Amino acid sequence: MAKNVHLLVGTRKGAFVLDGDSERGTWTLRGPFCEAWPINHVIADNATGTIYAGGGNEWFGPAVWKSEDLGETWSHSSEGLSYAEGETPIKAVWSLTQNGKALYAGVEPAGLFRSEDHGITWEHLDGLQKHPSRPQWMPGGGGLILHHIVTHPEDNNQLWIAISTAGVFHSSDGGQTWEPRNKGTRNDYMPEDQRYPEFGQCVHALAMASGMPDRLYQQNHCGMYRSDDGGQSWRSIEPGLPSTFGFPAVAHPRDPETLYLLPLNGDVLGRYVPDAKAAVWRTRDGGKTWEDLRNGLPQKEVFFGVLRQSMSTDTLDPAGVYFGTNTGELYASADEGETWTCLAEHLPTITSVETLVVDR
Amino acid sequence: MLQDTAQSAATTVTVILPAALMRLFPGCQGRLVIAASDIAGMLDELEARWPGMRDRLRDSTPSIRRHISIFIDGRRSRLDTPLRPGATVYVLTAMSGG
Repeated sequence: MAKNVHLLVGTRKGAFVLDGDSERGTWTLRGPFCEAWPINHVIADNATGTIYAGGGNEWFGPAVWKSEDLGETWSHSSEGLSYAEGETPIKAVWSLTQNGKALYAGVEPAGLFRSEDHGITWEHLDGLQKHPSRPQWMPGGGGLILHHIVTHPEDNNQLWIAISTAGVFHSSDGGQTWEPRNKGTRNDYMPEDQRYPEFGQCVHALAMASGMPDRLYQQNHCGMYRSDDGGQSWRSIEPGLPSTFGFPAVAHPRDPETLYLLPLNGDVLGRYVPDAKAAVWRTRDGGKTWEDLRNGLPQKEVFFGVLRQSMSTDTLDPAGVYFGTNTGELYASADEGETWTCLAEHLPTITSVETLVVDR
Repeated sequence: MLQDTAQSAATTVTVILPAALMRLFPGCQGRLVIAASDIAGMLDELEARWPGMRDRLRDSTPSIRRHISIFIDGRRSRLDTPLRPGATVYVLTAMSGG
């Protein structure tokens, strides 16, 4: 059946939707939505087409916005999206994930909430607040943020989350209790003999391989990694990449051995694409070897970066790959990254890119 | 006892809401009359009329949100600031959050 692709784009000044066709050649931009609030993550419930956008406004605080008509109209709610009295209030919603019939939200300061009524009311899963390591968590430069929630394809009770800068944590009871899973990932900001701690790493992105829930990939502030045991141990897949620093990591929708990264030159070197030339890097063998993909991407005087949640794929075949920059440019490939086109040049800073594929 | 009752009794004030808040609640009036004894009670009344509005103005500390200012008689108020009968209460978005 023919399908249409919609890009869901979070930006510092609202959510945007781009409507494409199955050829992914023609795109129409709509937005900004959500009253131009800073929006950190926009997702869709693939079953219903409902769009959710999470963010936070400096005046009015955090909320999850919702549209049931592909962005034409929106409502917002934060009922129950709060910590206990006396605790530092929630500043913003940073991640959203559908898990079975429940909707999960990750927030800043790092915490996890669940909604059983499609985003109208929220319940705090306080296991992270109560974790024994919590008092030692330190925020990263951008804040203490729960920015990735990865679900198990067959077991709704299993969740992996990524927190800057507490690390990766796993739950086997739907988010009630957690254990850190950071063995083998580095924290280069510690003394040499303490660079592989149990927690405290600055994970930037977490992705699960298609059809292989034990295979996880990670882009960290300090390196790129792969796990074959659900995150219980990690090994570096950095050799062949131009740097050890970057933000997003996106798994191919069907091939567990294919991963897309967008390395940046370095955390103290400006955080832009290496050599000021844009490239997406792809592995087809689980991180053993890498190839740079640049056809159609700017190769001169390019000083943009791509943030944690700002890259995605669609589910078509060949897979579409998309990324948005911190300078407001949105790029797309309809052939697994072989060639690229620029879909938009003047958006606000892009904080997230996701896709929704619907039957025509 | 009677004095406590008088102090806790609701008073009627005029509340002016900012345009940015009104945009979040279609149909909301920008100038309305509210009966409450203090700022916290006023926010509860706003919540009763437009569910979700209280959370836009106060956080879980609990406190008025950092970049929201609520003025009574020209003075910045807190959640426990009592309301004077006939006062005009300005709810403003602060420049610091803009």
